[in-house]
Amino acid sequence: MLEGLIGGLFNGISIGAVLLIVALGLAIVFGLMGVINLAHGELMMFGAYTTFVVQNVAKSMGGIAPDLYIFAALPLAFLVAALLGLLLERTVIRYLYGRPLETLLATWGVSLILIQFIRSVSLPMVIGLVIFAVLFFVGRWVLTRYTDWERIQSWANPVFLGLSAAISVLAWVLISSGTSTAFSRAWFSTRNVDVTPPSWLRGGISVGDTLQFPSARLFIIVLTALCLVAVYWFLNGTAWGLRIRSVTQNRGMSACLGIPTGQVDAITFALGSGLAGIAGCAVTLLGSVGPNLGANYIVDAFMVVVVGGVGKLVGSIVAALIIGVTSYLVGSGTMALLFPPTAFFQPVIAFFTFFATTSMAKVMVFALIIAFLQVRPAGLFPPKGRSVEL
Amino acid sequence: MTTVTTQPRRAAQASQKRKFMIEAIAVIAIALILILVMPMLLTGFRLNLLGRFLALAIVALGIDLIWGFTGLLSLGHGIFFALGGYAFAMYLELNTLGEGQLPEFFGLYGVTELPWFWQPFNSFPFTLLAIFTIPAIVAGLLGYLVFRNRIRGVYFSILTQAALVVFFNLFNGQQKLINGTNGLKTSTSVFMGQAVGSDGMRMFFYISTVIALIAMYALCRWLTSGRFGRMLVAIRDDENRVRFSGYDPTAFKVLVFAVSGAIAGIAGALYTVQSGIISPQFMDIAFSIEMVIWVAVGGRATLVGAILGAVLVNMARSLLSERFPDVWLFFQGALFLIVVTALPDGIIGWGRRQFGAAVSSALGLAPTDLPYLEDTDTPVVETVAETPEFAEK
Repeated sequence: MLEGLIGGLFNGISIGAVLLIVALGLAIVFGLMGVINLAHGELMMFGAYTTFVVQNVAKSMGGIAPDLYIFAALPLAFLVAALLGLLLERTVIRYLYGRPLETLLATWGVSLILIQFIRSVSLPMVIGLVIFAVLFFVGRWVLTRYTDWERIQSWANPVFLGLSAAISVLAWVLISSGTSTAFSRAWFSTRNVDVTPPSWLRGGISVGDTLQFPSARLFIIVLTALCLVAVYWFLNGTAWGLRIRSVTQNRGMSACLGIPTGQVDAITFALGSGLAGIAGCAVTLLGSVGPNLGANYIVDAFMVVVVGGVGKLVGSIVAALIIGVTSYLVGSGTMALLFPPTAFFQPVIAFFTFFATTSMAKVMVFALIIAFLQVRPAGLFPPKGRSVEL
Repeated sequence: MTTVTTQPRRAAQASQKRKFMIEAIAVIAIALILILVMPMLLTGFRLNLLGRFLALAIVALGIDLIWGFTGLLSLGHGIFFALGGYAFAMYLELNTLGEGQLPEFFGLYGVTELPWFWQPFNSFPFTLLAIFTIPAIVAGLLGYLVFRNRIRGVYFSILTQAALVVFFNLFNGQQKLINGTNGLKTSTSVFMGQAVGSDGMRMFFYISTVIALIAMYALCRWLTSGRFGRMLVAIRDDENRVRFSGYDPTAFKVLVFAVSGAIAGIAGALYTVQSGIISPQFMDIAFSIEMVIWVAVGGRATLVGAILGAVLVNMARSLLSERFPDVWLFFQGALFLIVVTALPDGIIGWGRRQFGAAVSSALGLAPTDLPYLEDTDTPVVETVAETPEFAEK
């Protein structure tokens, strides 16, 4: 009985840890900036594909590298996702602050583009992208230098964007149709790819006869804890963390006191995106990697943020653990076993057996979340004071 | 003196009446073109596609009602769409069978007795009622539980999306009750003595779709033009002020969400019979967000825009994904970005701004205001006030 309880708790916590590591970046971006980033799952996917690439490189190196690739993959995944997030913030989200519903739609559009990018990225396409970047940015730079940019800006920007996009698309199509298939082959294609975990993460640690802790799960729990500590330290122990917190509390006042709010936004968003990259690296240990990876996690992660209460890391932690343990207990059918199999409890047992699959557990957990929000609409740890909405 | 004051009002009333007449004539003309001319111009396959797009335009009307006018962004309309579709498909399954037979798929899972919730769908009047009442009840319940607690904005959007995932899981996982992933096929079933997939039936459903679209347009037009419509816009623009003026926004929001759900249910039923199948795929996350973008492309808070957007985007989709399947997602992603950043009022809003004055003066009407204005809300002040603190000191 005790072993069963510990085993159940461990499984629940490990589900919660995956949820938490995914939700952590969201909690920062959503909680601090009020931005709904539906492309968060796709940033995760980029982290996962980075891990895949790093692992392949490590495989070709041989020796001890395939066992240690994860330590190179983690920072690289963070970096790739953070840079992508930075690009996203600077080019799109920056213009949409204060319009959360529009941001939601725009980031969904970005997520579609990222999914298709992973599916069809190939050498010709990358060449096309480089041509676009060179034409657009160098061209604009030349124009701003040598012409009266302020005057022609209104029409020159779209015209320039259209022209360089057309030229680069043309280049992409021409190169891919004119060259051999090996050259223009899609890098990842639409199929799922598998990342082999390092050998030391494949087994598990056994305690006693029945208890088994898979190493990959333990690794994710440790990784999540480390990320939490790092984020906490960054927000409370560094100068930029202080600035981020001050902008969160009062944007106008912070700007008046000389805090560069634009930079703060960019850094916050990059941090949240980078955490998505780390989450993507972590989930490669649990299953295969595909273009639709993000969609499996994003809704659950948002639920964690909503239940936890926006803007509180503690809330996200508690919510992730509660949701993880509940979904495990319901989904594995443990709840049905708690009742003695007598005729009196038969309807209860039948009820819990009905929900005893992973997908049906989601149904029950959602019903519980809705019920919970009836009691505490603003989540576990609601923001206090005058900032509360009427 | 009295003549002076009544003159402008009378003029305004005349203009109003004239506008209504023009609109009614235009709507009837378009309906006649769709019903009489289009079947001659298009092949059976294309006509079927057009019928499907018109069914999707009905959902877009529902979305416009809650998003464009009331400011509630629902990402879960797939639920109501699919519920309507399932209700009709269940009736068709049962209608095809003889007395005492079970739908074929039940045999695969060893089910020998018709589940209790299938029983009422033996009756056609019940099914007709269920197509829009079941989605309305589900929407009303969900809306009540959410709006009651003053959960709104993006939280509402996220919760509707989560509800969508939940319904997807529910339908996807229950093979024994509703055939799970495979869904229910309607193309081979029988409706009013004819196969649903036959040419005559297809034409019948096409014409019903056009009529339903007109009816739903009239309903939405009626809802949004009077006091009720002004209330919806008031809730969108400043809900607190509505509350302080002594109204209860919750009731209005629940009602309009239920109406929108009912409209989606009707659309789902019409779409299902024209596409030949209903499956949990209709509750895909992406599909529900797409519905939102149709409205945004056409123009929020303009009912014509919702219809136009739904038809145009879907046409673009079928054209592009036939020729270049890879490009469609890029195009769709770009569409989201463009609509949000460059064209917030959609095609209709843009057209009105460019040519609105010219068109209305040509028709002899008083100039109209744009119904959806971006700057009606004061974003900067609100975000500062609402953003919670991150960590306690």
